[in-house]
Amino acid sequence: MLKIEGLFKQFGGFVAIDDVSFELLEGEKHAIIGPNGAGKTTFFNLVTGHLLPDRGSVAFQGEDITGRPPHRIVKLGLARSFQRINIYPRMSVFENVQVALIARERQEFRFFRLAAGLCGPETNGLLELVGLDEEADELAGELAYGKQKQLELAIALAENPRVLLLDEPTAGMSPSETEEAIRLIREIADARGLTLLFTEHDMTVVFGIADRITVLHHGEIIASGAPEAVRSDPVVRQVYLGEEEAANGAA
Amino acid sequence: MTGRMTRPVLAACLTVLVLLALVPLLESNYLIDLFNEIMIYALFALSLNVIIGYSGNVSFGHAAYFAIGGYTMAILLTTYEWSLLPAFAAAVAFSFACSAVVAYFCTRLTDIYFAMLTLAFSMLVWGVAFKWRSMTGGDDGFVGVDVPAFIAERVPFYYFSLVVIATAVAVLWVICHSAFGRALLAVRENPVRAGFVGINTRLMRWWAFVVAGTFAGIAGSLFAMVHRGMYTESAFWPESATVLIMTLLGGMYSFFGPAIGAASLFLLERLTNEYTEYWPLVLGTILLAILMFLPEGLAGLAQAVRRQILRGR
Repeated sequence: MLKIEGLFKQFGGFVAIDDVSFELLEGEKHAIIGPNGAGKTTFFNLVTGHLLPDRGSVAFQGEDITGRPPHRIVKLGLARSFQRINIYPRMSVFENVQVALIARERQEFRFFRLAAGLCGPETNGLLELVGLDEEADELAGELAYGKQKQLELAIALAENPRVLLLDEPTAGMSPSETEEAIRLIREIADARGLTLLFTEHDMTVVFGIADRITVLHHGEIIASGAPEAVRSDPVVRQVYLGEEEAANGAA
Repeated sequence: MTGRMTRPVLAACLTVLVLLALVPLLESNYLIDLFNEIMIYALFALSLNVIIGYSGNVSFGHAAYFAIGGYTMAILLTTYEWSLLPAFAAAVAFSFACSAVVAYFCTRLTDIYFAMLTLAFSMLVWGVAFKWRSMTGGDDGFVGVDVPAFIAERVPFYYFSLVVIATAVAVLWVICHSAFGRALLAVRENPVRAGFVGINTRLMRWWAFVVAGTFAGIAGSLFAMVHRGMYTESAFWPESATVLIMTLLGGMYSFFGPAIGAASLFLLERLTNEYTEYWPLVLGTILLAILMFLPEGLAGLAQAVRRQILRGR
């Protein structure tokens, strides 16, 4: 589905992504974990065209997409959500999702087609799916944090992606919001047959969703495999899970 | 900025239109000229707001396209003796073409760099108008525009102007509330996110600039006819600042805000000049007050008041 080879990116002298090769298989729910600063977000930015890699290539469904701008990559069916809230604050919740549909249907250069009601049923359907139907007319910027995260998800889903990249989908959420979000993401991914690639540092979320895990450390992949295998990998335990579990006092 | 024109807004628009149509009945040349001028500047400010309010960039050089429309109209009607329709069409087309070229360069940049580049291009236009004396009349201005006989008198011209401007504003309203306008708002709100839902943000900003320039050209060509002339001041940067102030005063987050701003600024200026010669001082104070207390302008204030009243019920 997504094949990345020899990806390399440095900022000044700091190597953020160091020769990463990686393959995302169709239908899997793949988590990328790693300590803060491991390069997870940079990795996403490279894959989705927000940053240009210094070396290496990104191929999506066999097509080389290295260096293409985000607006062209997303049209191929590769959508993403963001770690920090990234919505249109002065527009209504409805409009936030509607714009993504307008773009997907390539209507954004229709100068004389009124926007009111455009893609209405599908917009409402998506809002219902993520549980925001009652907030449709509220300003997105005035929503509670957890709801903005849900809106973020609805916008990404509106692009009707085959692959969805979620950058810390539960960051900043309360435990109950997190639980709800996990349930929602898993449900939607199953219902729509989505291939999922997500970063996360909450282990509950990772083990709650992922069926494969890749561990990134200092910009390099140090392990990749089934959740149980990764959990028991001694290197991983040492650099990441070990610290985390020691801190949490969990097994 | 929702997509439908609500009943109260539609009613207000029709009322304003009827009132404007009644102005000549007052038989005051002063008032007819004043309202004609206000309408022209209202269109000018509304066009600028496509760049400011809708695409989220600030232009310091919007007067350039107003002047291009005006000079083209003046020169074609007078020097080349074209008739009204072709001259008008050419003026609009030329404003479109010039803004298309400038937009190509400006939309490569954002923020202050964008603003400065628009200023640079407007100074270029001013330079051409100033130096190309044989064509534009230089700093003496282009005097004595031949206006077709059927609209040569004050009242017929006023109605001609009203029809053209009302049509232009209606078209602009549709564009701003179209699928394009909605996507443009997303570009203003969050260009990164807009790119990630598949919107080509640079092309959107290019179109916004071109739409704005074209409608400014329409306003400019009417200006050339009502004044029977075109002057370099219209291309100079203080003119760009004036229309920017109108837009901010009226409110950039509302479609009709800039038109309200244009009317308010003109009326205030006339009123102030009755009592004192210190208009710039008053203008500075107004600007200060908007920036400090009314960042969303008069239209924003009106909305806030309405919300308060609704809440009080």
